[in-house]
Amino acid sequence: MYVAVKGGEKAIDNAHSWMSEIRRGDPSVPNVSLNQITEQLTLGVDRVMSEGSLYDKDLAALAIKQSRGDLIEAIFLLRAYRTTLKRFSYSKPIDTANMLCLRRISATFKDIPGGQKLGPTFDYTHRLLDFKLLAENETPLSPTQQFENKKVPHVLSFLNQEDLMQKEKDNNLDPIDITREPISFPTSRAARLQALSRGDEGFLLGLAYSTQRGYARNHAFVGELRIGIVEIELNIPELGFDINVAEIILTECETVNQFQGSKIEPPQFTRGYGLVFGQTERKALAMALIDRALRWKELGEDYSGAPAQDEEFVISHCDNIQATGFLEHIKLPHYVDFQSELELIRKIRADAKRNVKRL
Amino acid sequence: MIEKRKSWMSLLAISDQNDLLNLWDQKKIKISYEWLRQPEIGSIMAQGKMGVTGDKFNIGEVTITRCSVKLDCGTIGHSYVQGRSKRKAEISAVCDALLQTKMFKEVNENIIIPLEKIKKDKRDKILSKAEATKVDFFTLVRGESD
Repeated sequence: MYVAVKGGEKAIDNAHSWMSEIRRGDPSVPNVSLNQITEQLTLGVDRVMSEGSLYDKDLAALAIKQSRGDLIEAIFLLRAYRTTLKRFSYSKPIDTANMLCLRRISATFKDIPGGQKLGPTFDYTHRLLDFKLLAENETPLSPTQQFENKKVPHVLSFLNQEDLMQKEKDNNLDPIDITREPISFPTSRAARLQALSRGDEGFLLGLAYSTQRGYARNHAFVGELRIGIVEIELNIPELGFDINVAEIILTECETVNQFQGSKIEPPQFTRGYGLVFGQTERKALAMALIDRALRWKELGEDYSGAPAQDEEFVISHCDNIQATGFLEHIKLPHYVDFQSELELIRKIRADAKRNVKRL
Repeated sequence: MIEKRKSWMSLLAISDQNDLLNLWDQKKIKISYEWLRQPEIGSIMAQGKMGVTGDKFNIGEVTITRCSVKLDCGTIGHSYVQGRSKRKAEISAVCDALLQTKMFKEVNENIIIPLEKIKKDKRDKILSKAEATKVDFFTLVRGESD
């Protein structure tokens, strides 16, 4: 039973007013602009877009500013806004072979056509605080080099040619859209990938790490990791042809995993796949490891009871907005619920006391 | 014609709204038109393929604004552009219409070609920076070889 309790409006208004004031901070310090956020806190913006499941840098920056840098709160704001948008249609599937790569590395092959390009990475930095950033100096421009504008083939396609890698076939199926239909279990890989792509980075990281530590052992090599610009094609019904309607940054990760083979198939490598909005490589890598762990049934592997193999566990708990909504609601008033608990325990104790006396 | 139209509509869609608005305002093209569809902000769901070549799945949505205009001569222009700028959608639809008329040359030279250059410069910059981060491997020989 729910009993509505009124009151607290003034306290709520004043609390929000104070929150706004604190969000602004010391007025003598310049206000942070959305441009500053989109230009200088890029990876935070990318995380909010990917987990908010809406690619719009300006809105993500606004959400970060509004949420005082609490990224889950920012993701919540973006998700809420997303639900107000009219869905025009679904894009054509993005062909990541056409990606204009900022970064493209492989941990399995040293020499690859197109080469290994590190791109703007934190890798190989010493993780020492850079006190030079305290002084607001201009950063020198980074070097450039002559290039050939050629399509960059996927590294694992070379293994495909030898049939050493399991082929990913396009059966021309329409995927379930988890923003339109609730997920029921067992579910499809398409639904899992959509849920993982917008799942919480921290949760996916922890789970992916658990697979590396032996819970659902599937030793993964990074076959390829690429980050770059892709264009999104859309069919325009008024015109009857396709145009590119958007240009976004994606991070794609393909892992190569061992596979025993089965009675009907010779041993072959298999793939874990991660594809995420923005420059989000920790997340894409984690997604690929979890995608692979969740494929145990399809690949005829043993279920070891590991959390990362349990699709219901993984998919039902990877969404940080669902999770935080349920978690945080328990701090809201539950006076009536608790009152009934309190009465119950008093009654039980009173009964118990009486029984003791009788003995 | 369709190929050309696809190409300019795609370019207008992904162009930075400030670049487009600046070029348009500089040119001061006087043109009257009516709305067939007022600018409308919405989204499309971007799809990827499992393991690069497999079945489709949904990645997430992208904000898109669309509108349609009709010039006095009857030519219709459409736009589907990235982001939430109604003005960008409007100018893009007007450009799409004008590019199908005698105004093609003027709009192409003053709007489309400059936007193409901006796009190419941006991409070339990325490719040249990425190329500078290409790894040159050299192998160290350890131990003695016979």
